[in-house]
Amino acid sequence: MPNASRFERLAARDDRWITVSVEGEPVKVRAGDNAATAVLAAGLRPSRTTAVSGAGRAPYCMMGVCFECLLEIDGVENVQGCMTPVRPGMEIRRQQGARHCENNDREEMSA
Amino acid sequence: MNVIDYDLAIVGAGPAGLAAAATAADAGLKVALLDEQNTPGGQIYRSIRQPAPADERILGPDYYHGRSLLGALEQPGVDYRPGSTVWAVDEDLSLCLSQDGQSRRVRARRLLIATGAQERPVPFPGWTLPGVMTCGAAQILLKSSALAPAQPLVLAGSGPLLLLIAAQLHRAGVRIEAILDTTPRQHYATALKHLPGALRNLPLLTKGLGLLRELKRAGIRRLTNVSALEAVATSDGNLNAVRFNRGKERRELPCTTLLVHQGVVPNVQLTRALGLAHDRDELQQCWRPAIDAWGESSRAGIFVAGDSAGIAGALAAEAFGRLVALQAAHQLGHLSAAERDTRARQAQTELGRQRAIRPFLDALYRPAQAFLTPPDETIVCRCEEVTAGELRRMVDDGCRGPNQTKAFCRAGMGPCQGRLCGLTVSQVIADQRGVPVDEVGYYQVRMPIKPLTLGELADTCDA
Repeated sequence: MPNASRFERLAARDDRWITVSVEGEPVKVRAGDNAATAVLAAGLRPSRTTAVSGAGRAPYCMMGVCFECLLEIDGVENVQGCMTPVRPGMEIRRQQGARHCENNDREEMSA
Repeated sequence: MNVIDYDLAIVGAGPAGLAAAATAADAGLKVALLDEQNTPGGQIYRSIRQPAPADERILGPDYYHGRSLLGALEQPGVDYRPGSTVWAVDEDLSLCLSQDGQSRRVRARRLLIATGAQERPVPFPGWTLPGVMTCGAAQILLKSSALAPAQPLVLAGSGPLLLLIAAQLHRAGVRIEAILDTTPRQHYATALKHLPGALRNLPLLTKGLGLLRELKRAGIRRLTNVSALEAVATSDGNLNAVRFNRGKERRELPCTTLLVHQGVVPNVQLTRALGLAHDRDELQQCWRPAIDAWGESSRAGIFVAGDSAGIAGALAAEAFGRLVALQAAHQLGHLSAAERDTRARQAQTELGRQRAIRPFLDALYRPAQAFLTPPDETIVCRCEEVTAGELRRMVDDGCRGPNQTKAFCRAGMGPCQGRLCGLTVSQVIADQRGVPVDEVGYYQVRMPIKPLTLGELADTCDA
């Protein structure tokens, strides 16, 4: 996992740490964080690719406005990461392009 | 289906919403306080109940003032519902809201829209690259997670928040390579004309000058008169430098994070979707809902307060929220006109003081033209990846407004529903047509104002 672009943690009050998984790697985050924060702390950049051109993007506004932080969270695609609180064991992955249909449907659609 | 009746439903638990809830409950109203975020405070007081940084000097006393508003949540008349996204409002003021993946309706006699501000879209070549982020986003990460941006770090733009976040990051020990100030030089002279109004809010003016002094003392490089901003990526597609003009000289600074800011604008998604009348604000380069002195919109019973009614800041929002609550209480028979007026006096004085400094700030920090009408290669609609050049070509082909360009290129039809491109698309079209922006108009915003699942939509159907 890239780490040069990792956001750094400052001294925080009431630290309660939990572990989530970002692209399969365990990442320690604060219990009050959200999924977009987790990918920034993990240095996952880009955190999604666009549906139109496949360009890389990363969280931009952190307040639910821009939809750049779309992620796959616990198997559900296109979830707004900055609006989703972390839970222990949460599995966070890059959103790759547009939301996919069920696997079977995808094969039929691409056929 | 749950139908619950409230006297007043408030959308947004920032300063306006919290203050309105407290005042309305005091007057005996039954209040629903609905907020999309999971914790109260809005963006300005984000995470105020449990701020993340251990050191309170980092964010400063203005932020911690937000604690004084939290009492509203303890009042018995206030039903606070965090994590509730309002996605539609019907004619009878019943609201469709989604919470934990389930939708429901609540009905209210009066509605207060206090959805605050969002950062003005800052289009420039490369602003979509991973690593470019808003100053507001960096501040939210500081408040809610004590997280500092990856370095090397450069800040670019114009406005009070640019200086504030720079100072806050510096206090947190974060190294800032440079602040690129894009404020056009001639704006200082224009702003001076509005100085008498600004002097009515001396504490805020003093605070701004204090920030500039603090940054200078800290030895942070602040380059003024910066233009032609461009974010540049390496082969992996991630940001690794920012290019800019300083005067006539082209320069480049390496950076892993670039924080951008060009002021804030009202979040008009709900007020637009409701079809409320909006006025163009030329000084702030945006539209705001038309309201009366008590915040009532063009539709009786629907009020707008705080920054969603026009940018005036957190203290103004707090005062305005109180005024709306008093008027709603009066309309519903809980307060006489005389009682309302007596209780309103203090809030009105505060609101006047806070608004007096706006013309000065708005004139000084009006975005440079390049951010309003960016160069052709710039992506304007981030979701659908439509450039300014494509929009200009569509105008040349006969498109007259933003709802027509939608049909040709889908600008404004992605997941953000036009929030990040609406102002720019209108401005680019107006500029290309050579007419005022107000003549071109804005997107027709439709409900649902947030993407939702079919299941959430079905929840609200009558059984």
